[in-house]
Amino acid sequence: MSSAAVVIIAILTLAAALAAATLQKLMHATLSFAVALVGVAGLFFLLGAEFVGLVLVFVYIGAVAVLIVFTILLTRRDVGKERAANWGGAFLAVAVFGGLTWAILKTQSVAVVAPHIRLVTVKRIGEALMTSYVWPLQCVGLLLTAALIGALVLVMEEKP
Amino acid sequence: MSKWVDQIFVYTKHWLLTWLTAAPGWIIQTVSSLINIFALLGVFLTLFAVMSVLERKILGRIQNRYGPNRVGPFGLLQPVADGIKMLIKEDIVPARADKLVHFMAPILIAAAAILALGVIPYGRNMTPFTIDGGILFFFAVGSTTELAVFMAGWGSNNKFSMLGAMRAIAQMISYELPLIITVLPVVMVVGSLTPDRIVAAQAEYTFGFVPRWFVFTPWGTTAFILFFVSGLVESNRTPFDVPEGESEIVAGHMTEYSGFKYATFFMAEYIGMFAITGLAATLFLGGWHSPVSALEFVPSYVWFFAKLSALLFVYIWLRGTLPRTRIDQIMNFAWKFILPMSFTCVIAAAVWHYAGRGLRGWLWSLVVIAIVYTALSMLLDTQRKFAPRVYRFAE
Repeated sequence: MSSAAVVIIAILTLAAALAAATLQKLMHATLSFAVALVGVAGLFFLLGAEFVGLVLVFVYIGAVAVLIVFTILLTRRDVGKERAANWGGAFLAVAVFGGLTWAILKTQSVAVVAPHIRLVTVKRIGEALMTSYVWPLQCVGLLLTAALIGALVLVMEEKP
Repeated sequence: MSKWVDQIFVYTKHWLLTWLTAAPGWIIQTVSSLINIFALLGVFLTLFAVMSVLERKILGRIQNRYGPNRVGPFGLLQPVADGIKMLIKEDIVPARADKLVHFMAPILIAAAAILALGVIPYGRNMTPFTIDGGILFFFAVGSTTELAVFMAGWGSNNKFSMLGAMRAIAQMISYELPLIITVLPVVMVVGSLTPDRIVAAQAEYTFGFVPRWFVFTPWGTTAFILFFVSGLVESNRTPFDVPEGESEIVAGHMTEYSGFKYATFFMAEYIGMFAITGLAATLFLGGWHSPVSALEFVPSYVWFFAKLSALLFVYIWLRGTLPRTRIDQIMNFAWKFILPMSFTCVIAAAVWHYAGRGLRGWLWSLVVIAIVYTALSMLLDTQRKFAPRVYRFAE
């Protein structure tokens, strides 16, 4: 049952990712990218990592996809036009894929490690973030605040 | 007896499932989920129909006219007539529209709105979809609405649609932040993201009669009001309905939709409203708990829907009372007032917790909120300049 669901979601995700890479219109590619992310979130749900799945939907669909959409609309005049194949991008994608595959093959098999992992609840993630990882969290917070202020400064300079 | 009435829906579901005891586990699971889904859809689509006619009646009362009164007794069958009208209308798709995107947008919006309903506890043991991070699920699903609105605006290939979608996304992103931050104090105080635990934390009564709802603490009251206003913006209702502003951009991202697709948008808007008010009732108004301990024999779902209806009435009341705000007023309000105040709520809740959650904590958190509110309003008042408006983007 579960493995069938994994296969279906994986096929859907891969199809959406392929569509994102090959579709002629940029906006269609963005939307298929969002579908692929939903598929990845679904995989996390099936693995029992609800929190990661939800954050993935929250951040990537709610923020990153909208950001991409806005970027496309604000920077390009030829949104509706068809695009040609981008060989540099393809090379980069193959390189990232190769790197990830190498890294995954080098890691210990998940099946060996799995029994030792405790169930990760939202509460445990919160506790870890607030105790052992509090400094990285603060650094990320600082970075985001700086980005926010930077955006404000960029907008304010426009004023006469 | 009262327990039996309280749990009647739960018992009915169990009784329905006893027919399937011989079936394999996954069939029982699927049927159980399907029962939940159909119950949810049945209840909320009925509520949508009732709400649409009641809204028009109440608006009529506020504006000193009758409202719909031709179809059925007191015009109560109006939604049936509207539904039939919407179903048999021609479905027009613009020739230059992006057919697939144009088609998917209403479906996606409705799906997101309905999914968000799933995590709200409607009564004792009556949460359709129990999940560890229920509150997070609610907002994660809600955040996909923005992309759907964009799809509607872009897919229609129409200036007004695009402008409306841009306005909608701008105000939804701006108000999503305060909406989530006002939920934070509740999550902090309860220590859980599960709606059931949040409701359970508000179960007791102080002195035996004052319910321990979070709305009765200073930070809770402030957070509730801010949450309510942000929810109003998120559901694109008057006074924050610039995305639809019919006097400026026809109907915003819904301009190019007709017939049943338009009805789907309309339904999604109302269901989103039910979801956000339901979450407000769950977080701050004690969910399905009764306001007085003497009235606990009344079934829990009655209390929940009573609170929901009260909040929905305020929505309609505001719509009948307030004029539409400008987009710059909405944005200023979000970033200069609502956001600082919602951060203050987080701090006030922390103060309340560390001062012992009693009367002392109550007073201290009141002091924190009063100081920030006064300082903020003084600051915003002195910065207000009365000068001719400069339109920078409309030259």
